[in-house]
Amino acid sequence: MTARPKTAEKSSFLASIVRKQIFIPIAALLLLAIFNLIMDPSFFKITLGHNIEGNPVLSGNIISIIDYGSELAILAIGMTLVTAASRGQDISVGAAIAISGSVVLRILCGPNADAATLQAPIIVAFLASCIVAMAFGAFNGALVSIFRIQPMVATLILFTAGRSIAAWINHNKLPVVNDKTFAYFGGYIPGIPIPTPVFIAIACFIVIWIVLKFTTLGLYAQAVGINEKTSRLNGLNPAFIKFITYVILGLCVAVAAFIKVSRVSTINYSVVAKDIEMDAILAVALGGNSLSGGKFSISASILGAYVIQFLTTTLYKFNVQADALPAYKAVVVILLVILSAPIVREKLSAFFKSLRSPVKAESKS
Amino acid sequence: MQEKSLLEMRGIYKSFPGVKALRNVDFTLREGEIHALMGENGAGKSTLIKVLTGVHIKDSGDIFLKGHSGAVQIHSPQDAQNLGISTVYQEISLCPNLSVAENIFLGRGKHGIVNWRNMNRHAGKLLDSLGIAVKPTQQLASCSIAVQQMVAIARAVDMECSVLILDEPTSSLDESEVEKLFGLMRQLKERGVGIIFVTHFLDQVYEVCDRITVLRDGQLVGEYEIEKLPRVQLVSKMLGKELDDMADIKNDIPVFEEKDKGYVYEAEGLCSSEGIKPFNFNIRKGEVNGFTGLLGSGRSECVRAIFGADKVTGGRVKVNGKEVKINKPIDAMKNGIAYLPEDRKRDGIVGDLSVRDNIILALQVKKGFFKPFTKAEAIKFAEEYIKLLDIKTASVDTPIKSLSGGNQQKVILGRWLLTHPEYLILDEPTRGIDVGTKVDIQKLVLKLASEGMSITFISSETDEMLRTCSRLMVMRDRKLVGELTGDELTQNTIMNTIAGGGQE
Repeated sequence: MTARPKTAEKSSFLASIVRKQIFIPIAALLLLAIFNLIMDPSFFKITLGHNIEGNPVLSGNIISIIDYGSELAILAIGMTLVTAASRGQDISVGAAIAISGSVVLRILCGPNADAATLQAPIIVAFLASCIVAMAFGAFNGALVSIFRIQPMVATLILFTAGRSIAAWINHNKLPVVNDKTFAYFGGYIPGIPIPTPVFIAIACFIVIWIVLKFTTLGLYAQAVGINEKTSRLNGLNPAFIKFITYVILGLCVAVAAFIKVSRVSTINYSVVAKDIEMDAILAVALGGNSLSGGKFSISASILGAYVIQFLTTTLYKFNVQADALPAYKAVVVILLVILSAPIVREKLSAFFKSLRSPVKAESKS
Repeated sequence: MQEKSLLEMRGIYKSFPGVKALRNVDFTLREGEIHALMGENGAGKSTLIKVLTGVHIKDSGDIFLKGHSGAVQIHSPQDAQNLGISTVYQEISLCPNLSVAENIFLGRGKHGIVNWRNMNRHAGKLLDSLGIAVKPTQQLASCSIAVQQMVAIARAVDMECSVLILDEPTSSLDESEVEKLFGLMRQLKERGVGIIFVTHFLDQVYEVCDRITVLRDGQLVGEYEIEKLPRVQLVSKMLGKELDDMADIKNDIPVFEEKDKGYVYEAEGLCSSEGIKPFNFNIRKGEVNGFTGLLGSGRSECVRAIFGADKVTGGRVKVNGKEVKINKPIDAMKNGIAYLPEDRKRDGIVGDLSVRDNIILALQVKKGFFKPFTKAEAIKFAEEYIKLLDIKTASVDTPIKSLSGGNQQKVILGRWLLTHPEYLILDEPTRGIDVGTKVDIQKLVLKLASEGMSITFISSETDEMLRTCSRLMVMRDRKLVGELTGDELTQNTIMNTIAGGGQE
């Protein structure tokens, strides 16, 4: 096997970059950015203003993208792991967010949905919601790993029942939290002009980076997703690894739910985080990850999540009506997914190569 | 085109990123001949076949077919099929959950309407004419691998193929099944079909083939008539060097000598969920022993029970004299046991992962969840074993699935050697790989044993076992029926013990 000469490496730089997994979300982001730049450069304007409480806040489209993209990006982390290890997706995350958010409110407002004063510290409510969300994740994980039910079918149960459970937790009341500190998590901390969800999302990225760096979770999840039999013969317990990814997704759900509830200080069981599971799955796909499991890149999924948010914000900016939004989104998604198909990327890669080769031939002669 | 030739490939070039897979290769297939395509792993056999069947598109060169004026263009497997070129792969590519007849006719109906009675009758006739003993209505999965393969061939025959490619068809068949397959091949030959036979079994080549084409490093070495090319010469042509007698490798390597040759592993009444009769087994430090028996006799199931790969249902196990429980693979690994499985693709490789990740996997699992190797460490390990085992790979980051079979096997071997096992179990480590690598692996086994490792070796090729093992367990019908050592280690005694009764 001969090594390729260095010049060839250089000339096929574009070609090789097209093959990189992270190329898809980056290309999509660039496309959206360029589109907006041409249509209306003021899209990127960021202004420093003050909100009604007199705190300094940054505002602008870019800020709202990274703010409102937070929940999706956090979910994309867990969804990527679940996809990699169990070769399927969890479609119950929206319903699980409703449950988790409901638990936060139930603990903050108490059994009578009395919202005048906080009935428990915020941290207690958050931790309780984490435990509940992880328990539901464990429920999904057990169905998938122990009973070997297909992930989509297994999570369909919670998808169907989740929002009813969420309503039941608060006896179908809609408690409103009046406490200002609670609103900090989905809004702004006084004196800091950047939205808090951004910091929470970054914290989550750092945590998962540390987990992947200091444990073998990444290798194990990929090995199990690619070849379960081999993984077992190499001493792994595939069922447990699949199970653990669902529990991790549960934790992501709890964090996302906490932000969601904090944004509005209340919850609407039937619409909170509606269809977010589809966006989360899409984020994984846009990140160039195979939805049938195996190799994954979490950073690509996270970028994919922001691409989706970027797209949504762009469409809003062009006054697309809320009802029509999904249709527009679908068109763009089709384009992106086709672009990310391996067959197209191979072709693109070959195309870039052919662009280069005539130049090389000339320089030789 | 020459007279009588059915297929001619001229000046075929094909390269992949970083590899020139085929360089100016010619190949000629005549009517009614069985033509062996030989070469080591990575010699370009598979690539040539894939160019012919339209899986890969050739870079340059021409393909001529009888009955077609000028060069034919093959851009897809469909093109190849329409031109009468059919392939039966090593891995059966039929649908196991459909019936035999359905498999024969799958995807060939013209109007999307099926006349079941006609289909079954036609299939029955076809199978009869080819002497394949199977009912058209039987579910394919319930047939043996050999029958499945023959059904695949019947399908090809019924599609009026003139060129039939058999890619390693015999690697999972036992002797009588191979005989049946050869019968079928000879019958097709009578009908004028040209058969390209890709295999690693030299015996089989000499039994059934008329001509041999040898490839090496992507280039044509030559085309020979079978009578004019003795075995030794064939091997040396494939390897590209004169081979000193490889039968005597055992004598080159000193036997492990130590006064205290205690038992590394002992089992008493071991049995598993796979239905093997409880058996006793032990192995000493530095010993190479093996399980032999026909396919399906339970030899693999025995070693799987030792490693805890199947559910262990009973028995007592001692490692280094101390009683231990081995219920799952990780227990065995922690006790210094390593196991190279029989089915490389299903149980051995993690296809999409890199060579590096595949090499470190077992050691990483042994080391623990919270102690990942750094990238630098992993690369160091991978490079060490790539060098030690002479693994041919573009880089440590290459996905293992893009390596050739023999190199994949070496990666798996490297994975287990990296765990520095005391006791290494090799189940068919040389299946489907070329002669050169086979010898390498046998030598390595003896060398490792001389350094004190205990090794259990399983192979379908008895001479390979005789060359490496000093003790053989003989299995028959999932039962341990004999143990042979010393002078008993001859082809004859083994055959007799396998056949049962021990009659001379």
